Amino acid sequence: MKELKEIVVISGKGGTGKTSLTSSFAVLGGTALVVADCDVDAADMHLLLNPKTEYEEDFYSGKTAVIETEGCVHCYKCKNVCRFDAINVINGEFVVDELNCEGCSYCFHICPTRTIKMPDALSGKFFISKSRLGSTLVHARLNIAADNSGKLVTKVRDEAKRVAKEEKKKLILVDGPPGIGCPVVASLTGADLAVIVTEPTVSGQHDLKRVAELVSKMKITGALIINKADLNRDMTGRIKQLAKELNLTLIAELPYDQSFTEAITKGKTIVEYDKGSIKKQIEDSWRKIIEL
Amino acid sequence: MTEIAIASGKGGTGKTTLTVNLAKMLAENNRFSKIFVCDLDVEEPNSGLFLKGDLIHEETKYRMIPEWKEDKCTFCKRSANVCEFNALAYLGFSVLIFPELCHSCYACSELCPEDALPMVQHRMGQLKHYKISEKLEFIESRLDIGVEQAVPLIAATRRYVTNLADENTLIIYDAPPGTSCPVIEAVKKTKKTILITEPTPFGLHDLTLAIETMQELNQPFGVVINRSGKHDHLIVDYCKANNIRIIGKIPFMRDAAVAYSNGKLMVDSIPQIREAVKTIGNNLLKEDAL
Repeated sequence: MKELKEIVVISGKGGTGKTSLTSSFAVLGGTALVVADCDVDAADMHLLLNPKTEYEEDFYSGKTAVIETEGCVHCYKCKNVCRFDAINVINGEFVVDELNCEGCSYCFHICPTRTIKMPDALSGKFFISKSRLGSTLVHARLNIAADNSGKLVTKVRDEAKRVAKEEKKKLILVDGPPGIGCPVVASLTGADLAVIVTEPTVSGQHDLKRVAELVSKMKITGALIINKADLNRDMTGRIKQLAKELNLTLIAELPYDQSFTEAITKGKTIVEYDKGSIKKQIEDSWRKIIEL
Repeated sequence: MTEIAIASGKGGTGKTTLTVNLAKMLAENNRFSKIFVCDLDVEEPNSGLFLKGDLIHEETKYRMIPEWKEDKCTFCKRSANVCEFNALAYLGFSVLIFPELCHSCYACSELCPEDALPMVQHRMGQLKHYKISEKLEFIESRLDIGVEQAVPLIAATRRYVTNLADENTLIIYDAPPGTSCPVIEAVKKTKKTILITEPTPFGLHDLTLAIETMQELNQPFGVVINRSGKHDHLIVDYCKANNIRIIGKIPFMRDAAVAYSNGKLMVDSIPQIREAVKTIGNNLLKEDAL
């Protein structure tokens, strides 16, 4: 067995209950694991895990061009080569639109008077915190409108691994982002298990196919939880069939239940709020997941 | 041409639901001669599951990446030094190119003194254009699995649809979730962005991030509460305190969730939802957001 196992919870589609379940697993795993919130665009786990920040660090990634007024000879070369429409001429002065600037440095290289500088761009912050469960939570906040969320995801995972080794933990639980693009790829690269949370809707089914294809392409073992399964039994049946075709281990079918929402509203995870069958089903799910 | 976008910080709050149902309701209004629904959630496009029609056009979308010409290369290594994204590497006497890291800036290609790195087309996804009714058309692009950068495909899709629009056209964009680069590409310079949220602490938290993003972009926006019910005060109190306009509410109904799960338009089958979406449409028309 590998010394350190990394389990990533993803969903393709947003709003399927990924964070509710991951937070519940974090409760069940207790201090045996390190938790990493890699949904850096819209990180929500801290709302349920009440972390106390013990360390924080600015995260610089990429560059942003700055044109100094002094020295600019208005040759238009920078504006002409920029493929991102990031250089505007305002009242005769050349100004960089920071939101559009991709940080490619082409303008910097082409500028004949060396008037353009390329300082590192601050793109977010990451935190190492103690959750109310006693476990360490590594999380981050991407700056508004910042680029490079994939790199911040990688940073969060690297820090979680470092902490896990330091604390001699054998398991990292990752809350992944929605979609199939760069932040998702960054969350999955080199992970041991992807747990996909889906729902029995046309969108859930559609997005599951795409995200499962990505998981298989990246050669990661995949497992599936169908949340809100009783919302549409036919669709749940189709998704189970699909799971077989996609080689995903079915972990659980959870009910469509308002107590998921009620739990969040009370700032609790569903396994702490529910005292009945849902709690038990999630406990069983967690057991199955760690055995995979 | 009028462009509006439907966005949210959190996923699964009802972007697609509002997009397709609002489009259907506005198609019944005379204000626009044509309505384009355009799905810019290119990683996981879902609007097309609710809008069925005839495929009238299809095209593969490419972006440009460099291709190494061995016979021209003098191994000066300038290109690797120029590239900020590590998309080029020299390995002995060959140059490796990593398309997923390339941002298509052209710097390596155009600064190469030997023309050894010409830019060539690299496939990123497929665009499809459907006719739903006389008035309503639907355009979506889907990113190929394994392609990581959504932004170039979003930009290309917006170019396609705006080129087809005339002054009496309304374009409604279904934006991707989150607050980073793909969302910004989808909402920037639209006349109004509607942020749809749900009355939960997650919904509120991600809404505040989405609002900060809109403010950073100087982007006009309003809020719609989906699955509206007894916890609405979470969102309403925040919006009041920050002087943010709530354009409408869509009630929480299990029937609505079931209709959605089957790919049905709620405005066709659930009167309460029809009324709610109609009110949102009317409010947008009244405040001249459209």
